[in-house]
Amino acid sequence: MSAEKPRTLFDKIWAHHVVDTLADGTALLYIDRHLVHEVTSPQAFEGLRVAGRPVHRPDATIAVVDHNIATDSSRRTGILDPESRLQVETLEQNVAAFGVPYIPLLDARQGIVHVIGPELGLSLPGMTIVCGDSHTSTHGAMGALAFGIGTSEVEHVLATQTLLQKPAKNMRVTVDGQLPMGCTAKDIVLAIIGKIGTAGGTGHVIEFAGEAIRALDMAGRMTVCNMSIEAGARAGMVAPDQTTFDYVKGRPHAPQGEAFDRAVAWWSTLPSDPGAHFDKEVSLRAEEIVPMVTWGTSPEDVAPITALVPDPDAADDETRRAQLQRMVEYMGLTPGQKLTDLKVDVVFIGSCTNSRIEDIRAAAAIAKGRHVAEGVRAMVVPGSGLVKQQAEAEGLDRVLVEAGFEWREAGCSMCLGMNPDKLTPGQRSASTSNRNFEGRQGPGGRTHLLSPAMAAAAALAGHLADVRDWQPVGSA
Amino acid sequence: MKPFTTLTGVAAPLPAANVDTDKIIPARFLKTIARTGLGKHLFANMRFNADGSEKPDFVLNQPAYRNAEILIAFENFGCGSSREHAPWALLDFGIRCVIAPDFADIFHNNSFKNGILPVKLPREICEKLMEDAKLGGNARLTVDLERSVVIRPNGEEIPFAIDAFRRHCLLNGLDDIGQTLQHKSAIDGFEARQRAAQPWLYG
Ligand code: SF4
Repeated sequence: MSAEKPRTLFDKIWAHHVVDTLADGTALLYIDRHLVHEVTSPQAFEGLRVAGRPVHRPDATIAVVDHNIATDSSRRTGILDPESRLQVETLEQNVAAFGVPYIPLLDARQGIVHVIGPELGLSLPGMTIVCGDSHTSTHGAMGALAFGIGTSEVEHVLATQTLLQKPAKNMRVTVDGQLPMGCTAKDIVLAIIGKIGTAGGTGHVIEFAGEAIRALDMAGRMTVCNMSIEAGARAGMVAPDQTTFDYVKGRPHAPQGEAFDRAVAWWSTLPSDPGAHFDKEVSLRAEEIVPMVTWGTSPEDVAPITALVPDPDAADDETRRAQLQRMVEYMGLTPGQKLTDLKVDVVFIGSCTNSRIEDIRAAAAIAKGRHVAEGVRAMVVPGSGLVKQQAEAEGLDRVLVEAGFEWREAGCSMCLGMNPDKLTPGQRSASTSNRNFEGRQGPGGRTHLLSPAMAAAAALAGHLADVRDWQPVGSA
Repeated sequence: MKPFTTLTGVAAPLPAANVDTDKIIPARFLKTIARTGLGKHLFANMRFNADGSEKPDFVLNQPAYRNAEILIAFENFGCGSSREHAPWALLDFGIRCVIAPDFADIFHNNSFKNGILPVKLPREICEKLMEDAKLGGNARLTVDLERSVVIRPNGEEIPFAIDAFRRHCLLNGLDDIGQTLQHKSAIDGFEARQRAAQPWLYG
């Protein structure tokens, strides 16, 4: 008997979902869960309508509005921007016409699509999960294969529940050791991107492994997988384990009772086999990670908070020098300046990267008993209505509001300049989101990416700050 | 996608080369949530005055061509931006076939994806068809994809070449989704097996 070839987590989920293989090796891959939002779906539904096709499996599909909605009380009185309103209304008409389950704006379960999927038990281990949004990689934290797709593919999945796909290569990023004080999942993933670059994972699916990843709670794993896309990979994943199963148990759409036990038995077979082949391997030591912050306009332009703004003239080659020069100018920096000297105008704690209850707890712990610095606008935007409820039940909203933070309704908010929450030109923000591209948070806005605790520290200090200097009041 | 087999209809003459996608549908009409409804903006700048009134000289505004289903044009039809709104607008207006000496690549691809047949014929033949088309409603052309011929009003048959796979897809109305649906029994089989093994995935 020849032993079966050891396989990776990705290989197993992939193999499990191949419906058919075409002559050129392209697989027809079955999709278990399709998440739909207002921005990338209108033409897809329209395509179905023109072709007279139904949605193949409404029960495997769920729609929600998140990108273009207001996150203040104005959401209750209607959306002001006509184009945003049209997209939301169109989604509502489409879900009604096609029988797709929908979470409306004023429902407590409404939230960022990548927060509500795991939260409601819609995203489960072993699944293939897609959404017309690149940060679908987030759901890989469940031990699922999850990736973003374009509008034509959205239509394809709605109509057939499948996608035509070529297999990706396997990459493993191992983080062993223990994270030092003040460091979080966000610092891990920023450190990884700093190390491998924004193209480091191109063509690969990244499995995050190692002691420091295993030690993360599900929210932390989601933060890491969320930013796989910023590391160039279409998907990131973490093998399902007891932490995963405990998280899934009892969630509304998760299997219950005996079905749950059967599911766990299957999910337990998914982790990569010993000796499975990875096309690319990278490893980091957790002990060496320091609280991180981006200083440039690409997520790979990241540094420990203790670092200085780099000098473009020190670059190895002219292309890089010009690139650094452009970033330093756009970001309004002076080479050699301490990152901790950069004053911030806005602090944004939210987005599908960091808006879960754990993130809000982390921010509140730092904020408690202190106050946001003069002149800083600090906002906390929970990832979902349920996160908001939970935070309020724990009294975190009061802690934050007393400390001078705005406490808002769930949505993408200032992660992207598509709704009323935007930076104005030249404003500097400390943001827990995932992209620091020019203009991402509003035209001319300057974004520094960091963890929720670091963001809270920046709000209190009025400048980028080392969270290790801002430990909770009263803690040893 | 609607299958394309045989089409007999009025052909509108558009004796111009390099009709780009910006002419077919100007950029200001791209802020849409729909693929349909663009027919009213087809050739907007050529068809309408700034005040929205029709330019009576433009071919599609002439009574004989208001319901044209075929368009005859000259070289490099559909050049410029890759917008899929161009075939969407043509289709929404009712044009299902464009005959020209050649086409811009992306437009050519996009046409097939949307059930529009682009027919490539030499310039001299396009000129003859242009003359036929000028006879308006009295001169209907037939495009028979099954036999890959264009039939002039005088009965003359003009064969055209077309990629066999694309012909097959158009004849059967198969877009990418249509082709995937040819694997329907495999998808059904997959679902039946998965439903038995993991019933919780089915709501
Ligand atoms: S929070 Fe930001 S990154 Fe996440 S889905 Fe919304 S816009 Fe995209």
